[in-house]
Amino acid sequence: MPATHYTSAVAARSLGLSFTGVEKRFGSFVALRGITLQIHSGEFVALLGPNGAGKTTLLRIAALLASPTRGTVQCTEGAKSYEASDLREAKRQLGMVGHSTLLYDDLSAAENLTLFARLYGLDDISARVSNALKSCGLDSRAESLVRTFSRGMRQRLAIARALLHGPRILLLDEPAAGLDRQGLAWFSGTLERLRKDGCTVLMSTHARNESLELSTRAVVLAAGTVQDDSGPQGDPRPLLASWRAGA
Amino acid sequence: MGTSRATAVLLAKELRLEFRTRELLSATIVFALVVVVLFSFAFDPTAAESRRYGPGLLWISFLFASSLMLNPSFARERLNDTIDALRMSPISPFAILSAKMLANFIFMSVVEVVLVPVFSVLYDVSLAGVAGRLILVLALGTVGLTVTGTVFSAISSHARLRELLLPLLLLPILTPLLIAAVEATASLLVEDPVLDRTWLALLAGFDIVFLTASWLLCDYLMEE
Repeated sequence: MPATHYTSAVAARSLGLSFTGVEKRFGSFVALRGITLQIHSGEFVALLGPNGAGKTTLLRIAALLASPTRGTVQCTEGAKSYEASDLREAKRQLGMVGHSTLLYDDLSAAENLTLFARLYGLDDISARVSNALKSCGLDSRAESLVRTFSRGMRQRLAIARALLHGPRILLLDEPAAGLDRQGLAWFSGTLERLRKDGCTVLMSTHARNESLELSTRAVVLAAGTVQDDSGPQGDPRPLLASWRAGA
Repeated sequence: MGTSRATAVLLAKELRLEFRTRELLSATIVFALVVVVLFSFAFDPTAAESRRYGPGLLWISFLFASSLMLNPSFARERLNDTIDALRMSPISPFAILSAKMLANFIFMSVVEVVLVPVFSVLYDVSLAGVAGRLILVLALGTVGLTVTGTVFSAISSHARLRELLLPLLLLPILTPLLIAAVEATASLLVEDPVLDRTWLALLAGFDIVFLTASWLLCDYLMEE
């Protein structure tokens, strides 16, 4: 079955991620070569690496959007056997901001958020949508079609969409792309609040990004393997500094 | 969230998007009308010839129209990778597929509502006494077209040559359905119309088989 690599024991408020021997092949190309990585609940992990290092593939596997060729990903420390209901509950705990906005251009900002709020079975939808739009500064454009938005506005809405259901694990793939200075400040503030709330964040970037300052751990991927890891207790700053110097 | 509720939410989204942009419907209706009109000019059929060849021409028009309409069904979910957002949602993959199927069924029905009266006038075929039975045949045939077409649209949306791939995959699979639909329609256009239940049963059987298969395979269809 698809996505059976993902087992979960969703009971805790704070969740971690555990990758064990994760390998991903696209034909003869090997994108990930046996990644083993434990991300503990509440960690803010900066996933660094050049283009083609495998960051996006790893995030897509964590988001249940791709299955690994080998290996498993577990939500929390538990390794319970897979159950469909469990998988759906795991999805409820995940939020993702990807390369694309994951938004419908021909729906308005409010309609996009309302659609996903309904799919996640949220209550008090209009208040949630209104708050989310206010939080990302798009409340005045709630009824405008997304196709009329600038790149930065779309990205802010994409982030608001990913956070709408209050995920406990946030997967961010180059999330700051297209954000202006004001947008970056809002995004950093949002991430800081999420970190304080105990949300586990896995953020990939290949560029300098102010939000990296919030990370509690840095992992460098290269050619589909973990090249360096500051570790859960270690200080990510030296790794971030050397990455910045090289980036 | 239950599958039926998720399907309803996604169907509302599909209808809203289509009736807002009218991208698929306008193009498909115009295309289907052009096909029917061109056939009528090309063959200039008598009333007897219309009864004989009309059902085939009508269903070929529906087939061409559905090929045009079904292709963007999943392809446009790739524009901003919205399919990923749907796949990440805590809903059954069958809800995504069934909402597309239902939307395509509604869109094809709209096309047929426009096309069938035009066909009746151009080919001088009276449908007055057989409207109810014809609607049944059209409904069963359209379910088969849209269920199969939506499934293959999901498969071909991954391919670079998806516009070419969809008809190539779809046409051979739809052959039994088309034969049954044409024969059932033809049985209604003769002077003493009696709906042929064998063809009707084949249509219903085709629909049940492909609907069941799509339900069983939806997890794989929705996979990357």
